[in-house]
Amino acid sequence: MTKKHWMVLLVFGLFVLACKKDHPIKEEIEKFLGFQKPSNFPEPVYNFANNPLTKEGFELGRALFYEPRLSRNNTISCGSCHIQSSAFTQHGHDVSHGIDDRLGTRNSPAIMNLAWSKAFMWGGGVYDLDLQPITPITTHEEMDENLENVLKKISVLPKYRALFKQAFGTEELSTARFMKALSQFMLMCVSSHSKYDQVMRKEGAVFTAEEQEGYVLFQEKCASCHSEPLFTDGSFRNNGLGVSAVNDQGLYAVTLIETDRYKFKVPSLRNLKYTAPYTHDGRFLTLDGMLEHYNSEVKDTPNLDPLLRKNGRLGIELSGTDKQKLAAFLGTLNDEAFINDKRFSEQ
Amino acid sequence: MLCIGLVGCSKKDNPVPEFQETNLAPLSIEFDNIVGARTFTLNNTGSPYKNAAGEEFTISFLQYFISNIKVETAAGKSYTVNPDSSYFLIKGADKDSRFAKVRVPEGDYAKLTFTLGVDSLRSTMPIDKRTGVLDPAAGADHENGGMYWGWNSGYIFFKYEGNSKVISDDANGDPTGKKQFKYHIGFFGGYSVPTINNIKVITMDLNAAGIAKVRKDRQSNVHLFVDLMKVFNGKTPFSIAAHPNVMFNDFSSTVAGNYVEMFKHDHTEN
Repeated sequence: MTKKHWMVLLVFGLFVLACKKDHPIKEEIEKFLGFQKPSNFPEPVYNFANNPLTKEGFELGRALFYEPRLSRNNTISCGSCHIQSSAFTQHGHDVSHGIDDRLGTRNSPAIMNLAWSKAFMWGGGVYDLDLQPITPITTHEEMDENLENVLKKISVLPKYRALFKQAFGTEELSTARFMKALSQFMLMCVSSHSKYDQVMRKEGAVFTAEEQEGYVLFQEKCASCHSEPLFTDGSFRNNGLGVSAVNDQGLYAVTLIETDRYKFKVPSLRNLKYTAPYTHDGRFLTLDGMLEHYNSEVKDTPNLDPLLRKNGRLGIELSGTDKQKLAAFLGTLNDEAFINDKRFSEQ
Repeated sequence: MLCIGLVGCSKKDNPVPEFQETNLAPLSIEFDNIVGARTFTLNNTGSPYKNAAGEEFTISFLQYFISNIKVETAAGKSYTVNPDSSYFLIKGADKDSRFAKVRVPEGDYAKLTFTLGVDSLRSTMPIDKRTGVLDPAAGADHENGGMYWGWNSGYIFFKYEGNSKVISDDANGDPTGKKQFKYHIGFFGGYSVPTINNIKVITMDLNAAGIAKVRKDRQSNVHLFVDLMKVFNGKTPFSIAAHPNVMFNDFSSTVAGNYVEMFKHDHTEN
């Protein structure tokens, strides 16, 4: 082939690409692709066979997620304490404030990657995503409503009758359909476009030297609980927080098993940039404060995780440089695309 | 001679049908609430009940789940009602709710088994299987008869509330000053790790007070007395003053150990 031939082919190729760019990609964005497991993630634990995701189900779930009628006086929606720009947490609040500005005792957990979650709530107690929304709806400090009344309020609105029909074939509004729609929305909230993910999937991104050193430190000092790629192993552990005045005993409160006292769910480290403050009661306002806890503030409370008591020392030794490197690596777990994804916003 | 003749005749006309799983007929089990030697009345402040500890009390609320009904003939043939139609919520405030109505094969039954509570299998089933009395939305909130615990996924098996003057006004009693006792007993044993299990399976021999003769052309009714006094006066008697609130704690097993004794077969209407 001559040089000229190559040129023609190249120009033609560019032309084809240019043509393709406009329409099909736009359609692609509008097309509902359903739940897609990122290639660097494990198999999800949610039983999708019992609740197949559809565009209509997802959209109904989204409408319900942002529906203030889920609360007693129609003022608070799920989205009030789970704000997308904060990776579906309530940024800047140690504990969440719900209806009538009542304060709870725990920090709003992020709604992301729930398809891989075996247990819900900081202290467990709920083991099926389809049953989880009952808790905030009925909790006095959150929405202070009851499910029967929510279904009653929603069922009189033509908007929802139409949405339920589109999603499930008939207008019938049952607890199961209501819960499944909410699950469909939450399951779609997958955060997998951080720099870390792009590096792992070899999509062209590379760690800086500092991030790479932080990654090595992370694997050595953090990964046994905050395991990749979800950055949590889903277990409940006591990470040595001093017991607060509220004396929240975590998992113990739902199992009454002595060895569960002060154990809380290991949170994911994804999107830390947007989800401060940290821990179940939001006591650490900054990442540095959180890391310093592990370095020097771990308390020897009942059931302290054995990993935090090594060689006669409490906690995990972290120098100033270690912390800096870790912070650099943890920064690669922030997923800007996730917090800006229009599909997850109130429409 | 005439008597013998009559008995002979009636026997011939009404033989015990052959046990066939598909030949279903109605059977009801009546949960007739009583309190010791007295009838069950809500808020009878004019004549309160008195437990073995000598404490006077009234009852303001009562609800419990009955499930997994099974019957057995004298010959040992048993039939378990389809689990999808074997959950009943007995409500103290609603007389009509006292019957658990099921369908079992025609036959004579000498044994009845049921569960007080909701079995662990059903307690962990997907949301679609939680309909009727098991719908988490049923009964609205806990003040209005809701029997579902959202924060610790599971059902309240037995919910019994009332008032007694012996209850203190401090944090160990009822700080609202209403002198209320509340027993909300649940706990099915846990999803993944074993926790307290308060599910009680009760088996009753019907021979002494009358077997259930289930036939298509009539309604056999096993009439049980359910003595709420046993909650306090059962195998581990306790005082209301010492335990005015039992919900989610270890003492719930003591209460469940007592209420398992509530049931007594009084008679059968065939």
